Amino acid sequence: MQALKADNSGFVIGPDGLQRLLEVLAGEGYRVVGPALRDDAIVYDDIDGVASLPVGWTDRQEPGRYALERREDNACFGYAVGLHSWKKFLFPPAETLWTAQRGSDGAIAVSTPERAPDKFAFIGVRSCEIHAMAVQGRVFEEGPYTDTAYAARRAGAFIVAVNCAEAGGTCFCVSMETGPRAEQGFDLALTELADGAEHWFLVEVGSEAGRAVLEQVPHVPATAEQAEAARAVSERTASGMGRGLDTQGIKDLLQDNPEHSRWDDVAERCLSCANCTMVCPTCFCSTVEEHSDLTGENAQRVRKWDSCFTMDYSYIHGGSVRSSARSRYRQWMTHKLANWIDQFGTSGCVGCGRCITWCPVGIDLTEEVAAIRAAPEEGRSR
Amino acid sequence: MARRPKLAVWKFASCDGCQLSLLDCEDELLAVAGAVEIANFPEASSAVVEGPYDLSLVEGSITTPHDAQRIQAVRAQSKFLVTIGACATAGGIQALRNFADVKDFIAAVYASPQFIDTLATSTAISAHIPVDYELHGCPINKAQLVEVISAFLAGRKPAVAAHSVCIECKQRGNVCVMVQGTPCLGPVTHAGCGAICPAYRRGCYGCYGPMETPNMPALTREWCELGADGRDIQRVLRSFNAWAEPFRQESEAHDD
Ligand code: SF4
Ligand code: SF4
Ligand code: SF4
Repeated sequence: MQALKADNSGFVIGPDGLQRLLEVLAGEGYRVVGPALRDDAIVYDDIDGVASLPVGWTDRQEPGRYALERREDNACFGYAVGLHSWKKFLFPPAETLWTAQRGSDGAIAVSTPERAPDKFAFIGVRSCEIHAMAVQGRVFEEGPYTDTAYAARRAGAFIVAVNCAEAGGTCFCVSMETGPRAEQGFDLALTELADGAEHWFLVEVGSEAGRAVLEQVPHVPATAEQAEAARAVSERTASGMGRGLDTQGIKDLLQDNPEHSRWDDVAERCLSCANCTMVCPTCFCSTVEEHSDLTGENAQRVRKWDSCFTMDYSYIHGGSVRSSARSRYRQWMTHKLANWIDQFGTSGCVGCGRCITWCPVGIDLTEEVAAIRAAPEEGRSR
Repeated sequence: MARRPKLAVWKFASCDGCQLSLLDCEDELLAVAGAVEIANFPEASSAVVEGPYDLSLVEGSITTPHDAQRIQAVRAQSKFLVTIGACATAGGIQALRNFADVKDFIAAVYASPQFIDTLATSTAISAHIPVDYELHGCPINKAQLVEVISAFLAGRKPAVAAHSVCIECKQRGNVCVMVQGTPCLGPVTHAGCGAICPAYRRGCYGCYGPMETPNMPALTREWCELGADGRDIQRVLRSFNAWAEPFRQESEAHDD
């Protein structure tokens, strides 16, 4: 995707224009994925036009709690973020990396599954999620080895961003400087205005591909008032964040407090269930399973999502390095918010709030950081 | 061709469901029969080849003095012994007797209790003999059983995860029912089923027993937040894996 600077005032399309946009993308061979209602939640799934979208629904998110609610308008994107991030498409939960067969002559032939990369169109990507893709992209695409399948999927994706019109109860993108307005990394960005009788989208163009798609959708240039109204949406959202995280000096704060008593406190509450890492859009850890079949003639290697909360994850000869819940939670949070900065030059957190909402016991990393900050013990033990 | 390893399948106190999983491996059954010599498997064939056996699969728990002796003989004849299912790995549903006086049950159920020769407890095979590998589940997952046999044949470690059901639940793309208000045992339960119940919008029942690092009090506190009381918690923990140590301890903590 060729990133261009977004047009200043943008264009306007109506709900019909959105429908047309989805049709154009499907017509161009994209697998169109966006928000949909399933199991009393908004999830990202294959969609078939505007009818698939959660029109008139919103989500209520709190630590360990999630519920859908009816909206008073017909907004298509009137919720915060879906349960699973776009990670599940770019970095699938399970993927066969290769298979091997022993021939009759005893020679072993290894083959990589043929995969024409899925060409995704992601509809309704939030600013924090665009940042999350960039963070995960550093892990998979930069450095000495590139995950070519991931890179192909990401490069081929068409991104329709949506600027959030309402912050969720667990959102804190403003603290992480990742939102709520998408500034880059999209092909098209929408701001939805669904006020009373009026329902329209301000469209900003972020790439040549975006421009080419928009050309096939009826649109008009936005007036100065419309552009202003769209800006006001993002400003209102920014002032309504569900949570905040003070990131000032956070790297030193966490790295200097490995023996803080708060780690014992959280260990008492944490289930080591790994939900936080599964839903986090930047968590990238995986394991590889090697399977041979009953005949011993065929084998395969499967990569699966893994988590720093499992014992196997830190297993080295003789046992698990992180055998206590305290050490596992500390590893997760310190890596995410501090060591990531040393390793990848960025925080590993984009403030999407998923780990807070989808933790079955509602552990909130913003609260954990605040507790350490309130009484740092400076107990660096090396 | 090298001699095929000899397989034996043994039954103790159980419902047969786990060993039937092996017969239920329609697609793989021929491959199993090709890879191992099914030497002793009364559910499948009355022809019994004498031991010793290279691989023994043991189903069921120990509930009688006779079985307590028989399992020693099984161990003595088995090079590699794998217990399969909740009965063999945790004592099964019949371990509910361990929380009460078995004599009361016998008197209530049998017309002539004097003929019943049973132990006061139902216990896992590993409480009696050293076990080489435990495959959990009520019933076990047949794909995991094939994986364990394949791993045995290749001399490798089975790829069977001991983490929470939640990881499978998220890998499957389920929406978490617990966060939506339905108490679920997934966070403390051993993976293996593929998170079937949450996929059908039910809380996990803990069929695979405790996961590797269960934090029972933290989970049951949240169950109470969601409206469960001590009796609900005790009941849900006292099922197929009632005598698995973390479940047992937590259920006893809710005695009132
Ligand atoms: S750590 Fe939590 S809030 Fe931050 S990006 Fe991951 S899931 Fe979102
Ligand atoms: S923080 Fe919450 S979601 Fe993460 S492992 Fe602990 S209990 Fe599970
Ligand atoms: S539904 Fe149950 S198993 Fe699934 S993530 Fe939630 S708590 Fe875990």
